[in-house]
Amino acid sequence: MSRIPTRLFVIVAVSVAVGLAMAVSPFASSSPDGLNKVAEDKGFIDAGKLHSLQQDSPIPGYAFPGIENERVAKGVAGLVGTLGVFAVAYGAAYLLRRRGAPSARSATTASS
Amino acid sequence: MPDLPFAMHIPDGFLSGSIAAAAAVLAIAAVGYALKVADRDLDEDRVPLLGVLAAFIFAVQMLNFPVAGGTSGHLLGATLAAVLLGPWLACLVMAVVLTAQAFVFADGGITALGANVLNMGVLGALLAGFLLGGAMRMLPQTRGAFLGAVGAVAWLAVMIGATATSLELAASDTIPLDTALPAMLGVHALIGIGEAVITVAAVSAVLASRPDLVAMKVPDERAAGALRTREV
Repeated sequence: MSRIPTRLFVIVAVSVAVGLAMAVSPFASSSPDGLNKVAEDKGFIDAGKLHSLQQDSPIPGYAFPGIENERVAKGVAGLVGTLGVFAVAYGAAYLLRRRGAPSARSATTASS
Repeated sequence: MPDLPFAMHIPDGFLSGSIAAAAAVLAIAAVGYALKVADRDLDEDRVPLLGVLAAFIFAVQMLNFPVAGGTSGHLLGATLAAVLLGPWLACLVMAVVLTAQAFVFADGGITALGANVLNMGVLGALLAGFLLGGAMRMLPQTRGAFLGAVGAVAWLAVMIGATATSLELAASDTIPLDTALPAMLGVHALIGIGEAVITVAAVSAVLASRPDLVAMKVPDERAAGALRTREV
């Protein structure tokens, strides 16, 4: 069995993730999840509140602002979020590995 | 709940300040250690894999599936990340996903972020790392046994997260433990089945395409060819 190249693996996997977030998530269950259901049933859901830092969240509740259609708004939020966390985690890993590699470390020191 | 958007993780207000702070200390300690040892586990192929796992877990967490009684559940992902990346890199991935959800999507509180990272990320990832290593020493060295163990651990990781959440809610005087625990464990026993199915499917897909990207030691069936012949 021949192994597929890493780059192809990454492209396929991220495409699957983007596809799920864009095209499937708008049709996901909108019932409350486990914790929220328990909070509703046991009467402490109203204790939950938004932190002041979240009042102006860019994409509150997975609904991309300015889009009327709820499903489209969620699909766009899924696209942006999936690519965003991909970039952040990839970038963090890249920096962490550079820090760990002795040659990269000396190169960084020399250039700074 | 006037101003809460459709939230899924622990929002602010459910936990007392001291419990939220205690959970945050534990989460920060785990993520800090993970950052310290990250370069040990990060070979060249795993750098993009961290991004892939974060993207996949974020996406699949948006896919709430219905479970009994007007309730839904979604993947947590810690077991999947731990199997593919090892437990410490898994903690980092979960921290990235949950932090983005809190700050960008208002999903999960800011003061509760430590508790969410602890319950849905750190505990599951470390449990998976610990239990899977032990399980594979005792189980037959086959891919089927490995995937079975992955599924069982994925289910258990959800139950551990639900237990931790119940303990934190009770210690915060939000709800008594004897009310919280049965309710949380009851619904998460079902959600955990979804977690197990998705985790096993995703690990199977990676084993089929790039088995070398699976960090947890997977039985090499070619080396154990005699064993496999006997099974057939």
